[in-house]
Amino acid sequence: MTKRKGLPLGTWIRLIVLSVGCFAVLMPVVWMVLTSLKAPTQVFVTPPIWKFTPQWHNYAEVFQLVPFQRYILNTATIVGLVVLGTLLSCSFSAYGFARLQAPGRNTIFLALMATLMLPTTVTLVPTYIVFNHLGWLNTFKPLILPAFFGSAFFIFLFRQFFMGIPRELEEAARIDGAGYLRIWWTIFLPLSWPVIATVTVFTFIASYNDFFGPVIYLSDESKYTIAVALSYFSGSPRIGPQMHLTMAATTIAALPSILVFLLAQRYFIRGIAVSGVNK
Amino acid sequence: MAQRLAVRPAAEEPVASTPPRRGLTMTRRQALWCYVFIAPAVLGLLLFSIGPMLASLGLSFTSYDMLTNPVWTGGDNYSALFADPIFRKSLSVTLIYGVVSVPVTMILALVLAILLNSKLPALKFFRSAYYLPSVISGVAVAMVWKWMFNGEYGLINAALAKVGIDGPSWLTDEQWALRALIFMSLWGFGGTMLIYLAGLQGVPKELYEAAKVDGASTFRQHLHVTVPMLSSVTFFNLIMGIINSLQVFAEPFVLTQGGPNNSTLLLSVYLYQNAFQYLKMGYASAIAWVAFAIIMVLTLLVFRSMPMWVHTETEDDR
Repeated sequence: MTKRKGLPLGTWIRLIVLSVGCFAVLMPVVWMVLTSLKAPTQVFVTPPIWKFTPQWHNYAEVFQLVPFQRYILNTATIVGLVVLGTLLSCSFSAYGFARLQAPGRNTIFLALMATLMLPTTVTLVPTYIVFNHLGWLNTFKPLILPAFFGSAFFIFLFRQFFMGIPRELEEAARIDGAGYLRIWWTIFLPLSWPVIATVTVFTFIASYNDFFGPVIYLSDESKYTIAVALSYFSGSPRIGPQMHLTMAATTIAALPSILVFLLAQRYFIRGIAVSGVNK
Repeated sequence: MAQRLAVRPAAEEPVASTPPRRGLTMTRRQALWCYVFIAPAVLGLLLFSIGPMLASLGLSFTSYDMLTNPVWTGGDNYSALFADPIFRKSLSVTLIYGVVSVPVTMILALVLAILLNSKLPALKFFRSAYYLPSVISGVAVAMVWKWMFNGEYGLINAALAKVGIDGPSWLTDEQWALRALIFMSLWGFGGTMLIYLAGLQGVPKELYEAAKVDGASTFRQHLHVTVPMLSSVTFFNLIMGIINSLQVFAEPFVLTQGGPNNSTLLLSVYLYQNAFQYLKMGYASAIAWVAFAIIMVLTLLVFRSMPMWVHTETEDDR
């Protein structure tokens, strides 16, 4: 069948099905961008208008109407520190789980993996109460601090990778008198950049997209993350029912995750593959 | 799943490779360092998982508004919950959401994974395109769909009007809001699809050849080879889907705030309302534990049913 010139019939059918599906899946994104570029009078119209002169200044208007720069800065601070904390704590703990022997280590690891099934809603209320007692409401601390205490799935990823690093490498360093800390920092971390990339991408998306955390912890508008600010958009007195501006803001908000995904697809897909297939 | 994750044994240390010069002290030193290294994870486990989990169980037996001290009320929260018509509604909404959204997502994901697992032009583009919606934040997704579902000017109804259907006002109509929410949730099938796609790479080609020799059609090949060979992946996706439908929050919260008339009040949204709007921390904890209990029971059922439908690999499969 494949000997024939051109594409076989089956491939054509698949291609057509996939293209139709693709069109449907991408339509909401296209619609979002189109709406964001319309003039106010072109938005609430039936049937929808498809041809128009793009109003790029809608985007500038969003930045004028709400302190979007502030939200971007807040989000960048939180996401940056969460990624840093996750990378450090997870790789650190994973080294212990992968290479060092101690009584109870495997039991602890199992308990840690079991928390993958713990819904966040179960731990939410007491965590909130404690952070409230510490006076940390309306600060970034409740969103950042937990990242410095590891995260089961990423510890798992690092550990898997570490276990595949040949022992000879650290034996040599041991003979040269390097301690475990040095081995972790100068041998294991530099070798594990594929995992570092995967964990970075995943943590970035998760932290950037997080909504439940910021919405309960941040109440002051100057502290909002992009996600929280966006969720209040349609009800905001400054934006109100101006759908073209709301969609411009939504496009801005969606852009970083889309970009990170497109640029780092490889690592993304690898991480997902590991999560599903190692079972 | 947790146990399965760790099935791969933790690199049994070839102790002999480290010179046993200082015997006991070496292993003790190593153990000490091991505890140092795993300390962040252990602290995190205690401070952010086990501790709060037990605390929320305790809180669920109290009445606590964050202003006055908690008062022990025994099982009152739980009996109140089951008498609470809104909670019952929320439970049934969540159930419908999960029962429809999870299997449909999985079927869609499997079909697309199969389509995308062959040699095709523009394969990379298709894979990225189908996965793209899954990386967009729940809030942004909900904002886009809120506009898509707009009864008067939304794209969905414009498309329906093309074929002569007068679309409902999706998000303000009690009958349609949950359907709209479920429909929207299907947009995020990309993650499940990628997991299936990864699983497909592990299915031996010979099995298809054998089925082809037996004269099986493409559809039957997939039904009798792909589906059983991927059953463990399905198992994983099913459990993750169940957990996810009990925690999904941003989408219903932004799309409908649980309305109209609580028709999209998923458990997580009702929990949020109780905890952070009415400050009923005890009651909210009880909701969390009921949700948790449901997850555990369902997971256990899925685990128990595993031998019936999950194909476990024997040596000659590989």
